[in-house]
Amino acid sequence: MNYVFEFGQVFAAWDELLAGALRTLWLSAASMAIGMVVAVLGALGKTGGPRPLRWLIDAYIELIRNTPFLIQIFMVFFGLPAVGIRLEADQAALLALVINVGAYGIEIIRAGIESIAKGQIEAGRALGLKPLQIFRLIVLKPAIQAIYPSLTSQFILLMLNSSVCSAIAASELTGAANDIQSRNFRSFEVYFVVTGIYFVLSLMFWTVFALIDRAFLRQPAPR
Amino acid sequence: MRSLGSGEILFILAAVRWTLLLSVVAFIGGTLGGIVIALMRSGHIKALRWVAAGYIKLFQGTPLLMQLFLAFFVPGIFGFDVDPWGAAALGLSLHASAFLGEIWRGSIQVVPVGQWESSAALGLRYWNQMRHIVVPQAFRIAIPPTVGFLVQLIKATSLASIIGFVELTRAAQVINNATFQPFTIFGLVGLTYFIICWPLSAYSKRMEQKLALAAR
Repeated sequence: MNYVFEFGQVFAAWDELLAGALRTLWLSAASMAIGMVVAVLGALGKTGGPRPLRWLIDAYIELIRNTPFLIQIFMVFFGLPAVGIRLEADQAALLALVINVGAYGIEIIRAGIESIAKGQIEAGRALGLKPLQIFRLIVLKPAIQAIYPSLTSQFILLMLNSSVCSAIAASELTGAANDIQSRNFRSFEVYFVVTGIYFVLSLMFWTVFALIDRAFLRQPAPR
Repeated sequence: MRSLGSGEILFILAAVRWTLLLSVVAFIGGTLGGIVIALMRSGHIKALRWVAAGYIKLFQGTPLLMQLFLAFFVPGIFGFDVDPWGAAALGLSLHASAFLGEIWRGSIQVVPVGQWESSAALGLRYWNQMRHIVVPQAFRIAIPPTVGFLVQLIKATSLASIIGFVELTRAAQVINNATFQPFTIFGLVGLTYFIICWPLSAYSKRMEQKLALAAR
Protein backbone atom coordinates (compact mmCIF):
# COMPACT_ATOMS: atom_id res chain seq x y z
CA MET A 1 0.00 0.00 0.00
CA ASN A 2 1.81 3.11 -1.18
CA TYR A 3 -1.10 5.45 -1.54
CA VAL A 4 -0.47 8.94 -0.19
CA PHE A 5 -3.53 10.30 1.56
CA GLU A 6 -4.21 13.99 1.10
CA PHE A 7 -7.12 15.03 3.22
CA GLY A 8 -5.85 18.62 3.39
CA GLN A 9 -7.30 19.42 -0.02
CA VAL A 10 -10.68 18.17 1.12
CA PHE A 11 -10.75 20.13 4.35
CA ALA A 12 -9.61 23.22 2.46
CA ALA A 13 -13.03 23.13 0.79
CA TRP A 14 -14.82 22.97 4.18
CA ASP A 15 -17.07 25.90 3.27
CA GLU A 16 -18.42 24.04 0.23
CA LEU A 17 -18.97 20.92 2.34
CA LEU A 18 -20.78 22.91 5.02
CA ALA A 19 -22.97 24.63 2.42
CA GLY A 20 -23.68 21.23 0.84
CA ALA A 21 -24.63 19.68 4.17
CA LEU A 22 -26.97 22.56 4.92
CA ARG A 23 -28.57 22.20 1.48
CA THR A 24 -29.06 18.49 2.13
CA LEU A 25 -30.74 19.25 5.45
CA TRP A 26 -32.95 21.88 3.88
CA LEU A 27 -33.90 19.64 0.97
CA SER A 28 -34.72 16.75 3.32
CA ALA A 29 -36.73 18.88 5.74
CA ALA A 30 -38.69 20.65 2.99
CA SER A 31 -39.53 17.48 1.08
CA MET A 32 -40.47 15.68 4.31
CA ALA A 33 -42.81 18.52 5.32
CA ILE A 34 -44.52 18.76 1.92
CA GLY A 35 -44.44 14.97 1.53
CA MET A 36 -46.34 14.58 4.79
CA VAL A 37 -49.09 16.88 3.51
CA VAL A 38 -49.34 14.60 0.46
CA ALA A 39 -49.30 11.57 2.76
CA VAL A 40 -52.10 12.85 5.02
CA LEU A 41 -54.28 13.76 2.03
CA GLY A 42 -53.54 10.41 0.43
CA ALA A 43 -54.28 8.50 3.63
CA LEU A 44 -57.59 10.34 4.08
CA GLY A 45 -58.48 9.65 0.44
CA LYS A 46 -57.58 6.02 0.84
CA THR A 47 -59.58 5.45 4.01
CA GLY A 48 -62.67 7.50 3.18
CA GLY A 49 -62.55 8.45 -0.49
CA PRO A 50 -64.65 7.14 -3.40
CA ARG A 51 -63.52 3.95 -5.10
CA PRO A 52 -61.83 5.51 -8.19
CA LEU A 53 -59.82 7.82 -5.93
CA ARG A 54 -58.72 4.92 -3.74
CA TRP A 55 -57.73 2.99 -6.82
CA LEU A 56 -55.71 5.96 -8.09
CA ILE A 57 -53.93 6.36 -4.75
CA ASP A 58 -53.10 2.65 -4.71
CA ALA A 59 -51.65 2.92 -8.22
CA TYR A 60 -49.53 5.90 -7.11
CA ILE A 61 -48.19 4.02 -4.08
CA GLU A 62 -47.36 0.85 -6.00
CA LEU A 63 -45.78 2.74 -8.89
CA ILE A 64 -43.45 4.71 -6.62
CA ARG A 65 -42.56 1.83 -4.32
CA ASN A 66 -41.66 -0.49 -7.18
CA THR A 67 -39.46 1.78 -9.29
CA PRO A 68 -36.01 3.21 -8.46
CA PHE A 69 -35.82 6.77 -7.15
CA LEU A 70 -33.19 7.50 -9.80
CA ILE A 71 -35.73 6.79 -12.57
CA GLN A 72 -38.32 8.92 -10.77
CA ILE A 73 -35.98 11.89 -10.61
CA PHE A 74 -35.03 11.42 -14.29
CA MET A 75 -38.71 11.41 -15.19
CA VAL A 76 -39.24 14.68 -13.30
CA PHE A 77 -36.10 16.43 -14.56
CA PHE A 78 -35.78 15.10 -18.14
CA GLY A 79 -39.27 13.74 -18.81
CA LEU A 80 -41.51 16.59 -17.64
CA PRO A 81 -40.04 19.17 -20.09
CA ALA A 82 -41.44 16.95 -22.87
CA VAL A 83 -44.92 17.83 -21.62
CA GLY A 84 -44.03 21.49 -21.16
CA ILE A 85 -43.00 21.57 -17.50
CA ARG A 86 -39.41 22.72 -17.19
CA LEU A 87 -37.85 22.73 -13.72
CA GLU A 88 -34.51 23.80 -12.29
CA ALA A 89 -32.41 20.92 -10.92
CA ASP A 90 -33.14 21.94 -7.31
CA GLN A 91 -36.87 22.21 -7.96
CA ALA A 92 -36.90 18.85 -9.73
CA ALA A 93 -35.02 17.28 -6.80
CA LEU A 94 -37.54 18.67 -4.31
CA LEU A 95 -40.52 17.55 -6.40
CA ALA A 96 -39.13 14.05 -6.96
CA LEU A 97 -38.39 13.63 -3.23
CA VAL A 98 -41.90 14.84 -2.32
CA ILE A 99 -43.50 12.41 -4.76
CA ASN A 100 -41.33 9.61 -3.41
CA VAL A 101 -41.76 10.19 0.32
CA GLY A 102 -45.46 10.94 -0.12
CA ALA A 103 -46.08 7.40 -1.38
CA TYR A 104 -44.26 5.81 1.56
CA GLY A 105 -45.90 8.27 3.97
CA ILE A 106 -49.47 7.33 3.01
CA GLU A 107 -49.12 3.82 4.42
CA ILE A 108 -47.48 5.17 7.59
CA ILE A 109 -50.20 7.76 8.22
CA ARG A 110 -52.91 5.22 7.46
CA ALA A 111 -51.46 2.89 10.07
CA GLY A 112 -51.66 5.81 12.50
CA ILE A 113 -55.32 6.46 11.67
CA GLU A 114 -56.14 2.78 12.07
CA SER A 115 -54.38 2.60 15.42
CA ILE A 116 -57.00 4.90 16.98
CA ALA A 117 -59.32 2.79 19.09
CA LYS A 118 -62.99 3.77 18.81
CA GLY A 119 -63.83 2.19 22.14
CA GLN A 120 -61.32 4.42 23.89
CA ILE A 121 -62.93 7.55 22.46
CA GLU A 122 -66.26 6.39 23.87
CA ALA A 123 -64.58 5.59 27.19
CA GLY A 124 -63.08 9.08 27.22
CA ARG A 125 -66.52 10.56 26.64
CA ALA A 126 -67.99 8.45 29.41
CA LEU A 127 -65.30 9.76 31.76
CA GLY A 128 -66.42 13.29 30.91
CA LEU A 129 -63.35 14.41 28.94
CA LYS A 130 -63.84 17.48 26.79
CA PRO A 131 -63.68 17.00 22.97
CA LEU A 132 -60.30 18.73 22.80
CA GLN A 133 -58.93 16.52 25.57
CA ILE A 134 -60.24 13.45 23.77
CA PHE A 135 -58.55 14.54 20.56
CA ARG A 136 -55.26 15.36 22.28
CA LEU A 137 -54.99 12.42 24.68
CA ILE A 138 -56.88 9.61 22.96
CA VAL A 139 -56.61 10.35 19.25
CA LEU A 140 -53.47 12.38 18.56
CA LYS A 141 -50.95 11.13 21.10
CA PRO A 142 -51.45 7.38 20.56
CA ALA A 143 -51.52 7.90 16.79
CA ILE A 144 -48.23 9.78 16.92
CA GLN A 145 -46.79 7.12 19.22
CA ALA A 146 -47.81 4.48 16.70
CA ILE A 147 -46.26 6.13 13.66
CA TYR A 148 -43.28 7.88 15.28
CA PRO A 149 -40.71 5.09 14.72
CA SER A 150 -41.55 4.59 11.03
CA LEU A 151 -41.87 8.32 10.42
CA THR A 152 -38.47 9.16 11.88
CA SER A 153 -36.67 6.31 10.11
CA GLN A 154 -38.39 7.41 6.91
CA PHE A 155 -36.87 10.85 7.39
CA ILE A 156 -33.35 9.44 7.74
CA LEU A 157 -33.90 7.25 4.67
CA LEU A 158 -35.06 10.34 2.80
CA MET A 159 -31.99 12.31 3.84
CA LEU A 160 -29.65 9.53 2.69
CA ASN A 161 -31.65 9.03 -0.50
CA SER A 162 -31.36 12.74 -1.34
CA SER A 163 -27.72 12.06 -2.31
CA VAL A 164 -29.15 10.55 -5.52
CA CYS A 165 -30.25 14.08 -6.48
CA SER A 166 -26.59 14.70 -7.39
CA ALA A 167 -27.34 12.70 -10.56
CA ILE A 168 -29.21 15.71 -11.95
CA ALA A 169 -26.65 18.13 -10.45
CA ALA A 170 -28.94 19.48 -7.76
CA SER A 171 -27.03 21.37 -5.09
CA GLU A 172 -26.61 19.22 -1.98
CA LEU A 173 -23.82 17.43 -0.15
CA THR A 174 -23.01 14.71 -2.71
CA GLY A 175 -23.05 17.33 -5.46
CA ALA A 176 -20.54 19.36 -3.46
CA ALA A 177 -18.36 16.25 -3.17
CA ASN A 178 -18.54 15.72 -6.93
CA ASP A 179 -17.50 19.35 -7.51
CA ILE A 180 -14.54 19.13 -5.15
CA GLN A 181 -13.21 15.85 -6.52
CA SER A 182 -13.52 17.06 -10.12
CA ARG A 183 -11.09 19.85 -9.21
CA ASN A 184 -8.51 18.01 -7.09
CA PHE A 185 -9.01 14.37 -8.15
CA ARG A 186 -8.76 13.21 -4.52
CA SER A 187 -11.80 10.98 -5.06
CA PHE A 188 -11.31 8.63 -2.13
CA GLU A 189 -10.58 11.39 0.39
CA VAL A 190 -13.56 13.50 -0.69
CA TYR A 191 -16.10 10.67 -0.64
CA PHE A 192 -14.68 9.29 2.60
CA VAL A 193 -15.11 12.63 4.36
CA VAL A 194 -18.58 13.18 2.90
CA THR A 195 -19.67 9.67 3.90
CA GLY A 196 -18.51 10.60 7.39
CA ILE A 197 -20.60 13.79 7.32
CA TYR A 198 -23.70 11.83 6.31
CA PHE A 199 -23.03 9.36 9.12
CA VAL A 200 -22.70 12.14 11.67
CA LEU A 201 -26.00 13.61 10.45
CA SER A 202 -27.69 10.20 10.80
CA LEU A 203 -26.28 9.70 14.31
CA MET A 204 -27.46 13.19 15.22
CA PHE A 205 -31.02 12.51 14.07
CA TRP A 206 -31.14 9.04 15.65
CA THR A 207 -30.12 10.62 18.97
CA VAL A 208 -32.49 13.59 18.76
CA PHE A 209 -35.43 11.40 17.72
CA ALA A 210 -34.73 8.98 20.58
CA LEU A 211 -34.56 11.87 23.06
CA ILE A 212 -37.86 13.31 21.83
CA ASP A 213 -39.41 9.86 22.09
CA ARG A 214 -38.24 9.46 25.67
CA ALA A 215 -39.25 12.96 26.74
CA PHE A 216 -42.70 13.25 25.18
CA LEU A 217 -44.01 10.02 23.75
CA ARG A 218 -43.35 7.17 26.15
CA GLN A 219 -46.32 5.95 28.13
CA PRO A 220 -45.68 5.96 31.86
CA ALA A 221 -44.94 2.38 32.91
CA PRO A 222 -48.07 0.54 34.09
CA ARG A 223 -48.11 0.01 37.85
CA MET B 1 -29.72 12.79 -33.83
CA ARG B 2 -30.81 9.17 -33.95
CA SER B 3 -34.44 8.27 -33.79
CA LEU B 4 -35.83 5.87 -31.23
CA GLY B 5 -36.33 2.63 -33.15
CA SER B 6 -36.72 -1.00 -32.25
CA GLY B 7 -32.93 -1.43 -32.18
CA GLU B 8 -32.57 1.18 -29.47
CA ILE B 9 -35.44 -0.27 -27.46
CA LEU B 10 -33.94 -3.74 -27.72
CA PHE B 11 -30.59 -2.36 -26.55
CA ILE B 12 -32.27 -0.98 -23.44
CA LEU B 13 -34.31 -4.10 -22.73
CA ALA B 14 -31.30 -6.38 -23.24
CA ALA B 15 -29.56 -4.48 -20.44
CA VAL B 16 -32.15 -5.93 -18.04
CA ARG B 17 -29.95 -9.00 -17.82
CA TRP B 18 -27.21 -6.93 -16.16
CA THR B 19 -29.69 -5.50 -13.68
CA LEU B 20 -30.90 -9.00 -12.86
CA LEU B 21 -27.40 -10.47 -12.71
CA LEU B 22 -26.17 -7.69 -10.43
CA SER B 23 -29.23 -8.20 -8.20
CA VAL B 24 -28.58 -11.95 -7.98
CA VAL B 25 -24.87 -11.54 -7.25
CA ALA B 26 -25.52 -8.87 -4.61
CA PHE B 27 -28.25 -10.99 -3.04
CA ILE B 28 -25.97 -14.04 -2.83
CA GLY B 29 -23.13 -11.93 -1.43
CA GLY B 30 -25.58 -10.29 0.96
CA THR B 31 -26.93 -13.66 2.07
CA LEU B 32 -23.47 -14.95 2.97
CA GLY B 33 -22.50 -11.72 4.73
CA GLY B 34 -25.95 -11.40 6.29
CA ILE B 35 -25.75 -14.84 7.90
CA VAL B 36 -22.42 -13.92 9.49
CA ILE B 37 -23.74 -10.56 10.72
CA ALA B 38 -26.96 -12.09 12.06
CA LEU B 39 -25.07 -14.82 13.96
CA MET B 40 -22.57 -12.31 15.36
CA ARG B 41 -25.35 -9.92 16.34
CA SER B 42 -27.49 -12.53 18.09
CA GLY B 43 -24.63 -14.58 19.58
CA HIS B 44 -23.06 -14.74 23.04
CA ILE B 45 -19.79 -12.91 22.41
CA LYS B 46 -20.08 -9.26 23.34
CA ALA B 47 -17.25 -7.97 21.13
CA LEU B 48 -18.72 -9.64 18.04
CA ARG B 49 -22.17 -8.26 18.86
CA TRP B 50 -20.69 -4.78 18.98
CA VAL B 51 -18.79 -5.17 15.71
CA ALA B 52 -21.91 -6.42 13.93
CA ALA B 53 -24.04 -3.62 15.41
CA GLY B 54 -21.47 -1.04 14.26
CA TYR B 55 -21.37 -2.54 10.79
CA ILE B 56 -25.17 -2.39 10.51
CA LYS B 57 -25.32 1.21 11.80
CA LEU B 58 -22.60 2.29 9.39
CA PHE B 59 -24.48 0.97 6.36
CA GLN B 60 -27.87 2.17 7.58
CA GLY B 61 -26.52 5.63 8.35
CA THR B 62 -24.78 6.46 5.08
CA PRO B 63 -26.14 6.82 1.53
CA LEU B 64 -25.87 3.77 -0.72
CA LEU B 65 -24.40 6.02 -3.40
CA MET B 66 -21.46 6.86 -1.09
CA GLN B 67 -21.02 3.16 -0.31
CA LEU B 68 -20.76 2.46 -4.03
CA PHE B 69 -18.29 5.31 -4.58
CA LEU B 70 -16.10 3.99 -1.76
CA ALA B 71 -16.38 0.42 -3.11
CA PHE B 72 -15.04 1.86 -6.34
CA PHE B 73 -12.16 3.87 -4.87
CA VAL B 74 -11.06 1.97 -1.74
CA PRO B 75 -9.73 -1.18 -3.49
CA GLY B 76 -7.49 1.09 -5.59
CA ILE B 77 -5.78 2.31 -2.42
CA PHE B 78 -4.70 -1.25 -1.69
CA GLY B 79 -3.50 -1.69 -5.25
CA PHE B 80 -6.51 -3.59 -6.60
CA ASP B 81 -8.14 -1.99 -9.59
CA VAL B 82 -11.84 -2.77 -9.82
CA ASP B 83 -14.07 -2.07 -12.79
CA PRO B 84 -17.57 -0.63 -12.29
CA TRP B 85 -19.06 -4.15 -12.35
CA GLY B 86 -16.78 -5.35 -9.55
CA ALA B 87 -17.32 -2.19 -7.50
CA ALA B 88 -21.11 -2.41 -7.87
CA ALA B 89 -21.15 -6.10 -6.93
CA LEU B 90 -18.89 -5.49 -3.92
CA GLY B 91 -20.69 -2.37 -2.70
CA LEU B 92 -24.17 -3.83 -3.04
CA SER B 93 -23.11 -7.11 -1.38
CA LEU B 94 -21.70 -5.28 1.65
CA HIS B 95 -24.83 -3.10 1.74
CA ALA B 96 -27.14 -6.13 1.55
CA SER B 97 -25.13 -7.95 4.25
CA ALA B 98 -25.94 -5.20 6.74
CA PHE B 99 -29.66 -5.02 5.97
CA LEU B 100 -30.22 -8.80 5.65
CA GLY B 101 -28.15 -9.32 8.80
CA GLU B 102 -30.42 -6.97 10.73
CA ILE B 103 -33.58 -8.56 9.31
CA TRP B 104 -32.41 -12.07 10.19
CA ARG B 105 -31.21 -11.06 13.65
CA GLY B 106 -34.74 -9.84 14.27
CA SER B 107 -36.22 -13.11 12.99
CA ILE B 108 -33.89 -15.19 15.19
CA GLN B 109 -34.71 -13.14 18.28
CA VAL B 110 -38.47 -13.48 17.76
CA VAL B 111 -38.11 -17.21 18.44
CA PRO B 112 -39.05 -17.54 22.15
CA VAL B 113 -36.24 -18.08 24.68
CA GLY B 114 -38.09 -21.17 25.89
CA GLN B 115 -37.25 -22.88 22.60
CA TRP B 116 -33.54 -22.35 23.28
CA GLU B 117 -33.86 -23.49 26.86
CA SER B 118 -35.87 -26.62 26.14
CA SER B 119 -33.55 -27.66 23.32
CA ALA B 120 -30.57 -27.07 25.63
CA ALA B 121 -32.31 -29.26 28.19
CA LEU B 122 -32.50 -31.95 25.51
CA GLY B 123 -28.73 -31.74 25.24
CA LEU B 124 -28.45 -29.86 21.95
CA ARG B 125 -25.46 -27.57 21.45
CA TYR B 126 -25.53 -24.15 19.71
CA TRP B 127 -25.24 -25.30 16.09
CA ASN B 128 -27.81 -28.06 16.47
CA GLN B 129 -30.15 -25.71 18.31
CA MET B 130 -29.78 -23.27 15.43
CA ARG B 131 -30.20 -25.87 12.73
CA HIS B 132 -33.06 -27.93 14.10
CA ILE B 133 -34.96 -25.60 16.41
CA VAL B 134 -34.38 -21.90 15.75
CA VAL B 135 -33.73 -21.48 12.02
CA PRO B 136 -36.79 -23.48 10.87
CA GLN B 137 -39.01 -21.19 12.95
CA ALA B 138 -37.13 -17.98 12.11
CA PHE B 139 -37.17 -18.81 8.42
CA ARG B 140 -40.93 -18.35 8.02
CA ILE B 141 -40.83 -15.04 9.83
CA ALA B 142 -37.90 -13.86 7.73
CA ILE B 143 -39.43 -14.48 4.30
CA PRO B 144 -41.63 -11.36 3.90
CA PRO B 145 -39.01 -8.78 4.98
CA THR B 146 -36.29 -10.60 3.01
CA VAL B 147 -38.33 -10.48 -0.20
CA GLY B 148 -39.17 -6.86 0.61
CA PHE B 149 -35.48 -6.09 0.85
CA LEU B 150 -34.83 -7.93 -2.43
CA VAL B 151 -37.12 -5.36 -4.08
CA GLN B 152 -35.06 -2.57 -2.48
CA LEU B 153 -31.90 -4.24 -3.76
CA ILE B 154 -33.17 -4.55 -7.34
CA LYS B 155 -34.09 -0.86 -7.30
CA ALA B 156 -30.72 -0.06 -5.73
CA THR B 157 -28.84 -1.61 -8.66
CA SER B 158 -29.93 1.45 -10.67
CA LEU B 159 -27.33 3.46 -8.71
CA ALA B 160 -24.59 1.32 -10.29
CA SER B 161 -25.28 3.42 -13.39
CA ILE B 162 -23.75 6.42 -11.59
CA ILE B 163 -20.39 4.65 -11.19
CA GLY B 164 -20.58 3.70 -14.86
CA PHE B 165 -21.87 0.14 -14.92
CA VAL B 166 -24.10 -0.33 -17.97
CA GLU B 167 -27.27 -1.90 -16.62
CA LEU B 168 -30.87 -0.95 -17.35
CA THR B 169 -30.72 2.67 -16.16
CA ARG B 170 -27.33 3.38 -17.76
CA ALA B 171 -28.47 1.86 -21.05
CA ALA B 172 -31.49 4.15 -20.96
CA GLN B 173 -29.26 7.17 -20.39
CA VAL B 174 -27.00 6.18 -23.28
CA ILE B 175 -29.95 5.87 -25.66
CA ASN B 176 -31.52 9.03 -24.31
CA ASN B 177 -28.34 10.98 -25.01
CA ALA B 178 -28.50 9.88 -28.64
CA THR B 179 -32.24 10.14 -29.31
CA PHE B 180 -33.50 12.57 -26.67
CA GLN B 181 -36.86 10.99 -25.99
CA PRO B 182 -36.62 11.05 -22.17
CA PHE B 183 -40.33 10.65 -21.41
CA THR B 184 -40.68 7.50 -23.50
CA ILE B 185 -37.33 6.00 -22.54
CA PHE B 186 -37.42 6.53 -18.77
CA GLY B 187 -41.11 5.65 -18.77
CA LEU B 188 -40.30 2.35 -20.46
CA VAL B 189 -37.43 1.67 -18.08
CA GLY B 190 -39.56 2.55 -15.05
CA LEU B 191 -42.20 0.14 -16.29
CA THR B 192 -39.56 -2.58 -16.68
CA TYR B 193 -38.44 -2.17 -13.05
CA PHE B 194 -42.09 -2.19 -12.03
CA ILE B 195 -42.76 -5.48 -13.83
CA ILE B 196 -39.81 -7.06 -12.01
CA CYS B 197 -40.49 -5.58 -8.56
CA TRP B 198 -44.26 -5.50 -8.25
CA PRO B 199 -44.89 -9.28 -8.14
CA LEU B 200 -42.19 -9.61 -5.46
CA SER B 201 -43.73 -6.79 -3.41
CA ALA B 202 -47.17 -8.34 -3.73
CA TYR B 203 -45.82 -11.75 -2.66
CA SER B 204 -44.05 -10.23 0.33
CA LYS B 205 -47.20 -8.41 1.40
CA ARG B 206 -49.36 -11.54 1.07
CA MET B 207 -46.93 -13.64 3.11
CA GLU B 208 -46.85 -10.94 5.77
CA GLN B 209 -50.64 -10.92 6.04
CA LYS B 210 -50.66 -14.74 6.23
CA LEU B 211 -48.13 -14.67 9.09
CA ALA B 212 -50.08 -11.94 10.89
CA LEU B 213 -53.21 -14.09 10.68
CA ALA B 214 -51.34 -17.14 11.93
CA ALA B 215 -49.97 -15.18 14.88
CA ARG B 216 -53.41 -14.14 16.09
